[in-house]
Amino acid sequence: MLHLSVSELSAELSRGAVSSVELTRACLERIERLNPVLNAFVTVCTASALEQAGQADLARAKGDTRPLLGIPVAHKDIFCTKGVRTTCGSRMLRDFLPPYDAWVVERLHGAGAVMLGKTNMDEFAMGSSNETSHFGVAANPHDLGRVPGGSSGGSAAAVAAGLCPMATGTDTGGSIRQPASFCGVSGFKPSYGRVSRWGMIAFASSLDQAGTLTRSAADAALMMRTMAGLDHRDSTSVDRPVDDYPNELDKPLRGLRVGVPIVHFAKGLSAGVEQGIRAALAQLEDAGATLLEIDLPNNHLSVPAYYVIAPAEASANLARYDGVRYGYRCADPTDLDDLYTRTRSEGFGEEVKRRILVGSYALSAGYYDAYYRKAQRVRRLIRNDFASAFEHVDVIAGPTSPHVAFAHGAKADPVQMYLEDIFTIAVNLAGLPGISIPAGMENGLPFGLQIIGPDFAEARVLNVAHQFQQMTDWHLRVPESAALEGH
Amino acid sequence: MEWQAVIGLEVHVQLATRSKLFSPTATAFGAAANTQVNPYDLAMPGTLPTLNGEALRMAIRFGLAIGAEICRHSIFERKNYFYPDLPKGYQTSQLQFPIVGRGSIRIECADGSERCIGVTRAHMEEDAGKSLHEEFANESGIDLNRAGTPLLEIVSEPELRSAAEAVAYLKKLHSIVRYLGICDGDMSQGSMRCDANVSIRPRGEAKLGTRTEIKNVNSFRFVEKAIEYELRRQREVLEDGGTIVQETRLYDSVLDETRPMRGKEESNDYRYFPEPDLLPVVLDEAFLEQLRSELPELPDSRKERFEAEYGLSAYDAGVLTANRDMAEYFEQVAKACGDAKLAANWITVELLALLNREQLEIGNSPVSAAALARLISRISDGTISGKIAKAVFEQLAKDAKDGKGAGDVDEIIEGQGLRQVTDQGEIEQLVERVIAANAPQVEQYRGGRQQVLGYLVGQAMKLSQGKANPAQVNKLLREKLR
Repeated sequence: MLHLSVSELSAELSRGAVSSVELTRACLERIERLNPVLNAFVTVCTASALEQAGQADLARAKGDTRPLLGIPVAHKDIFCTKGVRTTCGSRMLRDFLPPYDAWVVERLHGAGAVMLGKTNMDEFAMGSSNETSHFGVAANPHDLGRVPGGSSGGSAAAVAAGLCPMATGTDTGGSIRQPASFCGVSGFKPSYGRVSRWGMIAFASSLDQAGTLTRSAADAALMMRTMAGLDHRDSTSVDRPVDDYPNELDKPLRGLRVGVPIVHFAKGLSAGVEQGIRAALAQLEDAGATLLEIDLPNNHLSVPAYYVIAPAEASANLARYDGVRYGYRCADPTDLDDLYTRTRSEGFGEEVKRRILVGSYALSAGYYDAYYRKAQRVRRLIRNDFASAFEHVDVIAGPTSPHVAFAHGAKADPVQMYLEDIFTIAVNLAGLPGISIPAGMENGLPFGLQIIGPDFAEARVLNVAHQFQQMTDWHLRVPESAALEGH
Repeated sequence: MEWQAVIGLEVHVQLATRSKLFSPTATAFGAAANTQVNPYDLAMPGTLPTLNGEALRMAIRFGLAIGAEICRHSIFERKNYFYPDLPKGYQTSQLQFPIVGRGSIRIECADGSERCIGVTRAHMEEDAGKSLHEEFANESGIDLNRAGTPLLEIVSEPELRSAAEAVAYLKKLHSIVRYLGICDGDMSQGSMRCDANVSIRPRGEAKLGTRTEIKNVNSFRFVEKAIEYELRRQREVLEDGGTIVQETRLYDSVLDETRPMRGKEESNDYRYFPEPDLLPVVLDEAFLEQLRSELPELPDSRKERFEAEYGLSAYDAGVLTANRDMAEYFEQVAKACGDAKLAANWITVELLALLNREQLEIGNSPVSAAALARLISRISDGTISGKIAKAVFEQLAKDAKDGKGAGDVDEIIEGQGLRQVTDQGEIEQLVERVIAANAPQVEQYRGGRQQVLGYLVGQAMKLSQGKANPAQVNKLLREKLR
């Protein structure tokens, strides 16, 4: 039962084969058993989850049939949860209790989903391995010695390990898609503005976007149907109709034009991943799609541009953590400068401090034009590259990550870590929707196929991903229980 | 050496919106500390700004009122610095594309001539909170009620040439924002705060001297005194062979001097960059046209109209239009009594003196426009003399002060028997009594000393307790003594 999809679980709940309380209890028990090794959750809400599940069962008894009713969900610990500790993976917010729910939390709660708890993540979403978390690294359920990816590593690991059927994540440069690839789950990042950022702790405001980690694209469609929409509290939330994603999943692929970026198959891509992705593309072709090679001439500039823009925004977004109003505060400050210096030196981890410094530097007088302004110009070029490509193709497809999950500690050099997101970052810079879905295994470890769509073509991206999952069973592969129970 | 003053003002105008610039929290002044804050104002994680449309419209109205260019695509930017009363660690402001571009404001100089002072720009930004240093021992308190209050920062060109011009500019600005209803103009509560950039240079020199900035002066009088002090100080320094240090200074109104701000002068790098949480403000012509059509009549055009329509002097028109409530009061009185010039005289002399004495604003005038109009009508129709009218006016003021409510002009006139005596017979009796009682003066007059007539008229008026019609007394006396 714990590896069923959301729609399957929903059907089980409807026909009374299982109650939400039973399902929730099963999840909680599995969390209790496996979280000590996975470290996917930083907070588990046992009592409130069971209470919400009970309410869902009552509602169902009264005829409520909403698709997410009674389905357990885990929230990345970047989403504020009223009265429930929200840490953002940082010592700075170790004991922070928000007085409000994030939009995403509100929406899923409103749809009847049951919140199991909060998942581990890289500190302030800065990382690609979950190793920067103040709460320790989460493990990859396929190999406990490897990272789950990041920054939404806890959510990806939790879904992969069957701790929960669905989870939320955020993606600033690949933070949903890369862990989805590493953990063998479906990770969907919608277009910028599709899901409100209200209550989602900011890393880089112009790039951050909430999304989903699920066992299938169809489940992502169900979650997105609830999470997408206009929220007046977020000025960048878009006012356009939300498509009926679940109802558009079944469109056949015949006639679909799939752009294949040549640059995504350059050196650095592991042989197994390349082979698997080419096979996946061939399957799309078999289903009636046409493959077209496309050029993304400025893609090589995406990582450098991102590592100017994202840290610049972060340097301001994280200025509020000053020890004055909430959050971590150093002991016995001698004066204001001491309060600031020690609170921030002690409260933030190394990677966060590195990015604040990089961002402050990029915005400094005399450097702004050379870094920030130039990076913004590059961002426009990258966006234009995609726009040109989408004049000829309907979606773009390629690898999510150049390789499978790496071992804990394998990427000690920050720049090596930054290059992890080489295929995903441009999508954030352009604000486009993208998904990573399981497309193969290399040495027993999963890797993902990334499908990218034009602005607000969420329905199309989910449709293509779903069609691929109708032809393949990579997304149904669950971690060997031997690996999971390996402790 | 003859020196020329070069002064530019940066004025922060607190926009009179009900809620903050980026959150729905109320902005009322004087609430208990930290009661007007929501999670956004506290910069709690995950909270986001939404632009207050009313603040935007107010800023645009100001721009339109001073004939400024309105930026069709303005953006907000983050100005980064750490301070405990700045919750986000950055102030959301505008740098590169302020909502209001170049415009100008007309001021009147002491000699009656007019000057046009350039306004460089005006931009929207949020106010910070307040640090409270006195209330707590060894600690500082923070009150964030004011944090996020919308401000319009209006920056002038360095075109003001004296402290008096600076005050004239500031008063004009005050008048404009009050006319527009975008600011309550209460400087004592910080609704308008002024920073002055001051330098001097030898007359005829094109190069600007080193300037100092006087921060946060909060009354017209202090602005004038602070600038005057600073000009004097700079002149003395330069004439003694010294140099001016570019620095920020504070004005101490008790000692009447400016002093360098305490602590080290920090040269902050604010690392401005576009605010990613807010969309650019894109304005179309129709929207601007709509706002333009809704602008009220502004002080300059109202002044011109008063001169043309009511035949007022430029001076009177200027005084009466400086304040929107005053101008409206005048028009009510003028229309109701039908004698605009008399109305202008009464308001600029008697009423202003009364308001000054009682420390009242025109909006709280003890004498209503209707009462004053009635009073003036009673002079015009001969019921009372101008002199008696002043007594009635004082009575009206006294009644209001004593809490007797709005007095009625006619009741006072009748009740106190102040009606002017115009009865020919009665005046004749009066005149005869005066002639009888002042034989030596009558002799003098008859002997050719014309000016003695005034004395005799005065005696008659005194005898009548001011009620006799002076023109009739005059005429009758001349006839009798012929």
